[in-house]
Amino acid sequence: MASITLNALAHTYTENPTKPEDYAIREMTHVWEQGGAFALLGPSGCGKSTLLNIISGLLKPSNGEVLFDGKRVNELKPEERNIAQVFQFPVIYDTMTVFDNLAFPLRNIGVPEHKIKSKVHEVAEILELSDQLKRKAKGLSADQKQKVSMGRGLVRDNVSAILFDEPLTVIDPQLKWKLRRKLKQIHEQFNITMVYVTHDQLEASTFADKIAVMYNGQIVQFGTPRELFENPTHTFVGYFIGSPGMNFFEATLENRDQQDKLVFGKEEISVSDAMLARLKAMGANKVKVGIRPEFVHVWDGKNNDAFAVEVDYVEDLGTYKILSFIFQGQMMKARLSEDQQVPSGQIYVSFPEQWTKIYVDEYLVDITDSAIAVDQAQEISHAN
Amino acid sequence: MQIKVENNKAWFLVLPVFIIVAFSAIIPLMTVVNYSVQDIFDPYTRYFVGTEWFEQVMQDSRLHEALIRQFIFSFTILIIEVPLGICVALMMPTKGRGASLALILVAIPLLIPWNVVGTIWQIFGRADIGLFGAFMTNIGIDYNYSSNPIDAWLTVVLMDVWHWTPLIALLCYSGLRSIPEVYYQAARIDQASRWAVFRYIQLPKLANVLVIGMLLRFMDSFMIYTEPFVLTGGGPGTATTFLSQSLVQQAIGQFDIGPAAAFSLVYFLIILLVCWVFYTTIMNMQKDK
Repeated sequence: MASITLNALAHTYTENPTKPEDYAIREMTHVWEQGGAFALLGPSGCGKSTLLNIISGLLKPSNGEVLFDGKRVNELKPEERNIAQVFQFPVIYDTMTVFDNLAFPLRNIGVPEHKIKSKVHEVAEILELSDQLKRKAKGLSADQKQKVSMGRGLVRDNVSAILFDEPLTVIDPQLKWKLRRKLKQIHEQFNITMVYVTHDQLEASTFADKIAVMYNGQIVQFGTPRELFENPTHTFVGYFIGSPGMNFFEATLENRDQQDKLVFGKEEISVSDAMLARLKAMGANKVKVGIRPEFVHVWDGKNNDAFAVEVDYVEDLGTYKILSFIFQGQMMKARLSEDQQVPSGQIYVSFPEQWTKIYVDEYLVDITDSAIAVDQAQEISHAN
Repeated sequence: MQIKVENNKAWFLVLPVFIIVAFSAIIPLMTVVNYSVQDIFDPYTRYFVGTEWFEQVMQDSRLHEALIRQFIFSFTILIIEVPLGICVALMMPTKGRGASLALILVAIPLLIPWNVVGTIWQIFGRADIGLFGAFMTNIGIDYNYSSNPIDAWLTVVLMDVWHWTPLIALLCYSGLRSIPEVYYQAARIDQASRWAVFRYIQLPKLANVLVIGMLLRFMDSFMIYTEPFVLTGGGPGTATTFLSQSLVQQAIGQFDIGPAAAFSLVYFLIILLVCWVFYTTIMNMQKDK
């Protein structure tokens, strides 16, 4: 069991990287605390699997360090790092029985046979494979195979961490849910650090306590599912998390009647004075405004404080409805509850200030006190 | 009352297949069957002899010896070529220009016509001018494949190994390439030794191509004719006379068409039987217990 630290880690598959795009993993420093259940969430090709393989030692990073409990492991081979990894497609040893499959990692390190027996039975019990032990692994179903490959990670004592690389891809939907719950149980029982790679936000948020969202070789946000939903610190997180993703539009900071205003088309977007001051201080004229469809307020009747928008269409998804509307020429979405009446034609919407997020250069402008304090401290240290 | 005539013309569509199979397999085989039950003196004089030729063939000690030699030969080359082919395949580079170069080099023996292979080895092994033969003589080993039966055997086996190991190697190479990388990664994480990786990942995944390779090599080696014929002519004495050579001697040398035909059929049935037994055994072994 170990905490995993990535220190100034970067990786590239090209020999002479010149630009940031050459890196599959751009320089990052990140800590996975011991005993946590983490998800690494991102679209295909963002570097998730690369990162996982670097942690397990299957890949050697081009730059930076990997530390297990503060000890550098860059030079250690996967077999020396004492980690377990479960792959996208179940890897089982075809010719062996389920028992021999589970015993394989132990036999490789020369554990006495009676210990192997008790350990394998213990793990088989947890994974509900006890009655399959004598079967040839070849004949198992996909989910059972995946359980066997997971079990091979669990039989070893003191595994530093278990890494999952989209382990449920080939599993039927009903069994996915069962297996995911099993993983959660195992996590609680063994208190092992688990890192779970997936591109499915639902999988990530049901499995993990904290999710790292990866985009273009970088971890753009690391937080609880709720934090990712309510306060995405990067536009990609807003777009990727949630269904549908966050609405974005580009607004400009303009001076109207001696006052700074955030303007989109003909409309003024209401944000706090603190935010306006902050944007002005940053010298940002063009910003991205983001609001989740869940937080768009749709008024039942005419409201002079709200924006008048045109309804485009409504999708009924059974448990909720997605309303698409045109706001100043831009398509946006709002989520309505199933029993909310379906508006048509011109309607009125407003964006609560609390849920209206402002992004400059794709990153959230954070105006909570602590964030400002940090920024000011940095400015002072820069000035010195 | 009108009776509906059924139209069976669709049967004509299978006619081409029927003709091809007839000419390629059935008619030649039936001709042999026909010969095997007759005693033929000239095109106009022939007698039906029933199973007489079969009985004679079964009791012919020359053929028994050739059959035993044949089994020993096929067994020997399989024992050598299969492990060797696997080793070669495991050592072949998998990436870059080295991979294509290795493939070409390994494939070269397969591209050489069989009688040329025999000729190459005939010269290669000559004690006076052959590279191999002269080398053996120079280091003081009395080596002469045309007078010493053991040397003759050694040369024939060596030639076959040189000629056909590449087939096993190429089949295994393609089998190895089809193993997903993730298996090796999992094995590393499970701390498997190199031997365990071979035993539990590579060998099981090679099983299918190996079965094909072994069947091909068994059938081919069991029917071997050209190379030993060119190299040793079956000698010294009858030391390297294998079944097909005995058959040719009988059929063309002595023009004993009847016994030769009976012999051919027995020969054919032996190959069929061995392959069938081998294949079913392997397939049963692979089944889930």
